[in-house]
Amino acid sequence: MVSAQALTKLFPVSDSWFGGQKSFVHAVDDISFDLMGGESLGLVGESGCGKTTTGKLLVRLIEPTAGHIQFDDGTGNSEDIAILKGASLKAFRKKAQMVFQDPYESLNPRQTVFDAVSEPLRVQNIGGPADRIDKVSEMLVLVGLSPPSTFLFRYPHELSGGQRQRVVIARALVVEPTFVVADEPTSMLDVSVRTGIMRLMDDLGDRLGITYVYITHDLAVARYMCDRIAVMYLGKIVEVGETEKLLSNPQHPYTKALLSAVPVPDPASTRDPVNIKGGVTTPVDPPPRCRFFDRCPIADNFCRDNVHPPLEDKGAGQFAACYKV
Amino acid sequence: MAVQSPHTELPEAIWRVRLRLASRSLRENWSLFMSARIGMVGLAIIVFYAVLALAHPVMLKTVWSPHVYDPVIGYAMDETRQPAPPSLSHPLGTDPLGRDILSQLMFSARSEFLLGLLAAVVTVTIGTTVGAVSAYFGGVVDTILMRLADIMIMMPAISVLVVLSALIGVEHFELALIIGILSGFGGTGVLVKSQALSVVNKPYIEAARIAGGSPFHIILVHVVPNLLPLSFLYMMFTVTSAIFSEAVLSFLGLLDVRMSWGLMIHTTESAGYLLQVGEYWWLIFPASLSITLLCSSFYLVGRALDEVVNPRLRRR
Amino acid sequence: MPLLTVDNLTMHYMTREGPVRAVDGVSFSVEHGQSLGLVGESGCGKSSIATSLLKLLPDNASLLAGSVLLDGVDLLPLSEREMREYRWDRISMVFQAAMNSLDPVYRVGDQIVEALEAHYERTRQESHDRVQELYELVGLNPEFMDRYPHEYSGGMKQRAIIAMALACEPDLIIADEPTTALDVIVQDRILREMKEVQRKLDMSMIYISHDMAVIAEVSDVVGVMYAGKIVEFGPTSEVFDRPIHPYTQALMSAFPSVVGEKKELVTLPGEPPNLAVPPAGCRFHPRCPFATGECMTSEPPIVNRGGHWAVCWNPRNE
Repeated sequence: MVSAQALTKLFPVSDSWFGGQKSFVHAVDDISFDLMGGESLGLVGESGCGKTTTGKLLVRLIEPTAGHIQFDDGTGNSEDIAILKGASLKAFRKKAQMVFQDPYESLNPRQTVFDAVSEPLRVQNIGGPADRIDKVSEMLVLVGLSPPSTFLFRYPHELSGGQRQRVVIARALVVEPTFVVADEPTSMLDVSVRTGIMRLMDDLGDRLGITYVYITHDLAVARYMCDRIAVMYLGKIVEVGETEKLLSNPQHPYTKALLSAVPVPDPASTRDPVNIKGGVTTPVDPPPRCRFFDRCPIADNFCRDNVHPPLEDKGAGQFAACYKV
Repeated sequence: MAVQSPHTELPEAIWRVRLRLASRSLRENWSLFMSARIGMVGLAIIVFYAVLALAHPVMLKTVWSPHVYDPVIGYAMDETRQPAPPSLSHPLGTDPLGRDILSQLMFSARSEFLLGLLAAVVTVTIGTTVGAVSAYFGGVVDTILMRLADIMIMMPAISVLVVLSALIGVEHFELALIIGILSGFGGTGVLVKSQALSVVNKPYIEAARIAGGSPFHIILVHVVPNLLPLSFLYMMFTVTSAIFSEAVLSFLGLLDVRMSWGLMIHTTESAGYLLQVGEYWWLIFPASLSITLLCSSFYLVGRALDEVVNPRLRRR
Repeated sequence: MPLLTVDNLTMHYMTREGPVRAVDGVSFSVEHGQSLGLVGESGCGKSSIATSLLKLLPDNASLLAGSVLLDGVDLLPLSEREMREYRWDRISMVFQAAMNSLDPVYRVGDQIVEALEAHYERTRQESHDRVQELYELVGLNPEFMDRYPHEYSGGMKQRAIIAMALACEPDLIIADEPTTALDVIVQDRILREMKEVQRKLDMSMIYISHDMAVIAEVSDVVGVMYAGKIVEFGPTSEVFDRPIHPYTQALMSAFPSVVGEKKELVTLPGEPPNLAVPPAGCRFHPRCPFATGECMTSEPPIVNRGGHWAVCWNPRNE
């Protein structure tokens, strides 16, 4: 349904005072993946790994520097959304939506719930004013805010964090998109509220046949939300595979390190110490070799002298970008 | 959609709900505004001068004979010596040309208001547009607008006005436009832009783009409403600076206005009474006090609005 | 005798809507060398406990009742000047936002050296050596002392803050979400180092977090907070294995884990209460699946199972 090919986003770093060669942050660097209809893919990694940039590229909030994104809306005709503009980009906005991380900041404080949820309908010219009330009410019921009449004309500051995030979801789904990118939708919420939102998104995905991309730093959350997980490191996908397989049998040394660093809510369990060194290296003009080279516990001269390894099948549909496994 | 929901019956029409919401927010903001004493003092002064301004034409039509009390061409025939000190018929006395000072004061109040408010509206309209557009689009648009702002800020406003008044003859209307343009493209635009920058980086702006909103829609619906409180604040300060500039220019005799507080002092000065304030206090005092009071009142209201606009200053 | 004994600590924020009962009759104690974890959701009062202990309170907060005994001395009646001798020296703190409190125009090492110099009247060289020691203790390269905050990553800044907090060898360190803004790999390092340092210096620690998993790893005893009160308290393994309070139980079953069987996550209905108008009786009753009539009207009793206690009318795991 969504197929990213050699997707790349470079951000120029403007530190060239004397007009010398410009440097680039390689936020997303030549990544490719396919998404099946109805599937949910998790993009997981540390801050600065390019997962949010990838998400924004997929819904065309930003333009890719290079690469293609083939998007098939289910009718069989596929278009490259990387080059969309004007009216066709606006039409694409009806099919692809985004749920944001911070429910406190992703709603305009001066808009009521009705204004916020009906805005996509208004700008897309869907239905008349009366239909919009019906449609918005229907969406509010769908996301668990009922009766809708008690929520329609409230302002964001009159809602709790969980309720706001439900409004954000209602707003994203009101145009009946087939593809939704969710950027850390639960990371700002408390545990007791978080589960409700996770379950809601899961349910709606099943019922409405939505294809999700979940962006998260939390592997435990990804485990519950995603069919497949792609682990990103410095703009590259280093490993991708089915969730349970990837978590139980990680191949890439970075995935292993990431997994062993996740604290476990069980005082009896002991984790192996994380065996990688240093902090994240800079994504500004990285050398062509494996991005993980500087921190990798198993890297050798071959890794140093060759380009970043391609994603290879390591068996059972699990792909990793490493020469050593 | 999987869930069927029946037609939603709202207990009342949408416009009534919106009216109620608007009036509620007005009430809340009003109570915040009231809690700042200085704002109420400012507002009281403004109301006082507004009443004076509105009462002037009524007075001329009813109790005051235009021949005597017209602020420009009247002459106090009942006084033997001009300027005459305050009396029952001329509570603030007359000026060196025999004109009633109270009448001049009241007549001028109206033009001061019109001048101040027009300058403020022009400033805020331009400033908000410049700030929002510059922050939203960035890049070349931002560079051009901000360099223009630099020029506006560097330009010494009073000197520009002096030159312009010599060239084209500046009246209240032109003065308001010039002040509005200088401040709107200059300082106010820059200040509003810094606020707009924090607005355009909010996730709800991205959310609006994802919804399919055009730049025009986003600026109009999401950016500008979040800038208006701040713009309104600067509006108050512009009123102050406009009234003050007018006073200075009229005093220098550079404006083509029929009557204003500044001009009243100018008349006093050109007739040679300026240095005899003790003896002829009514020639200087009412006009200069009015300038001071009205300027401060808008400033005070602005400070009180600051309490409403900037939640950081709110007491818990 | 425990190092710290907190009894009936009560702190309210005075707001327009009336008093917000952020900390409401909280009692607990911390032994020498022990690490206590306080876990709860945002707004439950866990950070307010930290600021109350140190008396670093905003203007609208008032300490209404209770006592905080550090080695037998009650801190609450102390004046601000007297309190200053306890802060940093005896009780030290690491806050989540602390890493942003480094002054960007001074070298990080100098900032710590100067604080020490001013505090101890030691020479610059002595202070410098001490900071070097501290840097090694928290796993920072001492060469980084000469660098500016913008050259530090988030994890390194937080380590520098921890080094500073340890400088006076305090008896108790209060860490309020020190790793929340950091990535897991960095968090893992810092947690391990904090635990090691704590053991090495035989310090006590109060570790505050919303993250059950982090609390499970760092603390010997744990206090679960809900709506301004500690609802359950006990040795960490006891609390995690056999929770007494339905809220603790709900928190556990709502918390996802990457290892072990993929259990069904339980959703807790509703949201935490507004502490300006808390519910009568047990504050958890509107969300509790086991609530009965008495929960709605009367304060729940203490259920004590050998040092592991909870306040609940309908305790679990009997």
